[in-house]
Amino acid sequence: MTTIASRSNHRYYIGMYLGLGAVTMFFAAFTSAYIVRKGLSNDWQTTMMPAILWPNTLVLLASSLVLGKARRCIDNWNRFNLWWLIGSGLGLTFLAGQIWAWQQLVDRGVYVNTNPSSSFFYLFTGAHGIHLLGGIVALLYISWRVWNSKAATSERTAVGVTVLYWHFMDGLWVYLFLFLLIWR
Amino acid sequence: MAEVEATTHTVHEAPTGFWRKYIFSLDHKVIGIQYWLLALFSVTVGMVLSIFIRINLVWPGTEIPILGQLFPVGAPDGVMTPEFYLSFLTMHGTIMVFFVLTTAPQGGFGNYILPIQIGADDMAFPVLNMLSFWVTFLALVVLMAAFFVTGGPPISGWTGYPPLSALGEIAGPGLGIGQDLWIISIAIFCIAALLGALNFITTTLDLRAKGMTLMKMPLTVWSWFVTAILGLLAFGVLLAAGALLLLDRNAGTSFFIPGGLVVSDQIIDHKGGSPLLWQHLFWFFGHPEVYIAILPGMGVTSHILSTFARKPVFGYRAMVYAMFAIGILGFMVWGHHMFASGMSPYTAIFFSLMTTAIAVPSAIKTFNWLGTLWGGNIRFTSAMLFSIGFVSLFVTGGVSGIFLNQPATDIALHDTYFVVAHFHIIMGVASIFGMFAGTYFWFPKMFGRYMSESLGKAHFWTTFVGVYAVFTPMHFLGLAGNPRRYAELTAFDFLKPLEPVHLFISIAAFLTISSQFLFFGNLIWGFLKGKKAGENPWEATTLEWEIPSPPPHDNFAGKLPVIHRGPYEFSVPGEDKDYTMQTEPEVSQDKS
Repeated sequence: MTTIASRSNHRYYIGMYLGLGAVTMFFAAFTSAYIVRKGLSNDWQTTMMPAILWPNTLVLLASSLVLGKARRCIDNWNRFNLWWLIGSGLGLTFLAGQIWAWQQLVDRGVYVNTNPSSSFFYLFTGAHGIHLLGGIVALLYISWRVWNSKAATSERTAVGVTVLYWHFMDGLWVYLFLFLLIWR
Repeated sequence: MAEVEATTHTVHEAPTGFWRKYIFSLDHKVIGIQYWLLALFSVTVGMVLSIFIRINLVWPGTEIPILGQLFPVGAPDGVMTPEFYLSFLTMHGTIMVFFVLTTAPQGGFGNYILPIQIGADDMAFPVLNMLSFWVTFLALVVLMAAFFVTGGPPISGWTGYPPLSALGEIAGPGLGIGQDLWIISIAIFCIAALLGALNFITTTLDLRAKGMTLMKMPLTVWSWFVTAILGLLAFGVLLAAGALLLLDRNAGTSFFIPGGLVVSDQIIDHKGGSPLLWQHLFWFFGHPEVYIAILPGMGVTSHILSTFARKPVFGYRAMVYAMFAIGILGFMVWGHHMFASGMSPYTAIFFSLMTTAIAVPSAIKTFNWLGTLWGGNIRFTSAMLFSIGFVSLFVTGGVSGIFLNQPATDIALHDTYFVVAHFHIIMGVASIFGMFAGTYFWFPKMFGRYMSESLGKAHFWTTFVGVYAVFTPMHFLGLAGNPRRYAELTAFDFLKPLEPVHLFISIAAFLTISSQFLFFGNLIWGFLKGKKAGENPWEATTLEWEIPSPPPHDNFAGKLPVIHRGPYEFSVPGEDKDYTMQTEPEVSQDKS
């Protein structure tokens, strides 16, 4: 057995796990800023969560399940791409839902600078949304490559790594949502 | 050397065109040199700024025509305004910390040497590597743009403390677009640093050659590895803090801006924010950043001391564990930058104890460096001199840290020149000495020619004596109560007796900076006229010394090495020469 420098796809997973570690630190910093800012202030007014967030969370969870399903169909590129695009569509629906949530707040006159609670709401959802948008770009890029090559198996690593990222973003949103709900 | 055929093709083919070969190269060696040149440019800018800083401190009101021409607002008639002094101070610190001390040790030397030392043909993600460099370059361009915008560069220091940094141009020159550019530049830099860190860790974990177990890795590799872990955990936090600061400035939020502020006769429409929140976030990054700057220097020093003492590193494993201990403890000490902020004494005791605890792994390292030198057959090359200089500066800068990590003494010394002396010696000069050592050591590998040893030694002695002449007196200025950040000192009666000391420091600084021309000259001379160097000019043991100088595109010409030995097998009893390469098979015990 040769153990020369690995040319396996291992490294892409290591890289992704490390990247997710950095993302975790980024959001941990926001979380600690939230706790400190709330603890110090007497101007905190809890922002009521827009109702759309509940169904929207289900949409994001569904997107993870669908992408998992796509991954399991990787040997059949046609089916793979169908499920993959449905998952991507659900992701885009979630982003549209987040923008709708912002709109609901704006309609109530709650802006990013209204009070610290709303500042953090826009910050959390915005930062998460940007990360998710990056994920959607990756999803669509993979779909385009699969469409071109008429095969998904050659994209196995990219699929695995992207799904990993997507699941993490899914979990991250659940965490952020629960945090905003509980630590009001 | 023992080797195996690479079973798969290399990561990328050798480029032929100019752009792919030298500009947008995927080759870790070219990228390493790009980082190194970026740091060289940055250190030159930072040094020039420090000249103007020192001139203004001792000869305020001096007309410097070129300043007047370049910055008619900040330096009308060539005379620096006090605010412009702070702009230069901010840019000096920012450029030096981010674009020199973070860039050269890790991005420069780490990129060039790490893949070769572990027996890989490139980094794990070459495209990401190229992106890391060009994103860093972009960050530098954005920062430099601050010199040329309305109001000039920010005046809030390299730590960007709010509320000063958060209020906008109402609070002073440079705090408008200049401060925005500063934040954006740092945010871009964070992204580049994260990409780089991810690449370094993955490469070290996944691309080691056969036989290159973790405990056979050179200490340089360990230091770049630990540094990358620190970077991965720290830069995301700074990025988050920068995002909050940018929102406070441009979106009307109040994360850091407290209520009730009246600035320039105007009531500020913010409330409830906490400037201390920024300090917590910033220093959570900022203290590990100190180790990001100096850990690679520790690795290079260990490597070079062993090579030129012709002895194995004393306590190799202890050196590895000490680096990890320093890295871990480095995340638990950020509060020692905030003793004067009114924090609870109990919290201060925690941070003080943690900081004092760092003295233990630091002392282990120093002891082991001395143990490595002890009884060695020392070759005093330029690289060796700078490494010994590193040990000296590390001890000097570390000892002054003991005074600052005690809240009781820090309250008095905080914001004085004592602090300036401390961090310049430990973080600035020691790290730079590590990089000088690395340059003299690896230049023959990188360019196939030696630098001049005579010029190198002259450079060492003038710099070594020079930096001590500059920074030793600053401790006494601090003890005498001389505050930092004052643009000029002549206006204060209580500082008048200290003026001769400042004059001495300024002259010493000018001489030390002048002696850097020896280094620049040596680089050019070495590149053009230096004596040709073979594969292994220093008779060293690690993998980079088994391949041609300069190395081919894929480092090992398609044949990856097999590692049999540790990285520092010098003067092995029974061997016919005093160094044994890592790839030499162990001699069977029953042979005799």
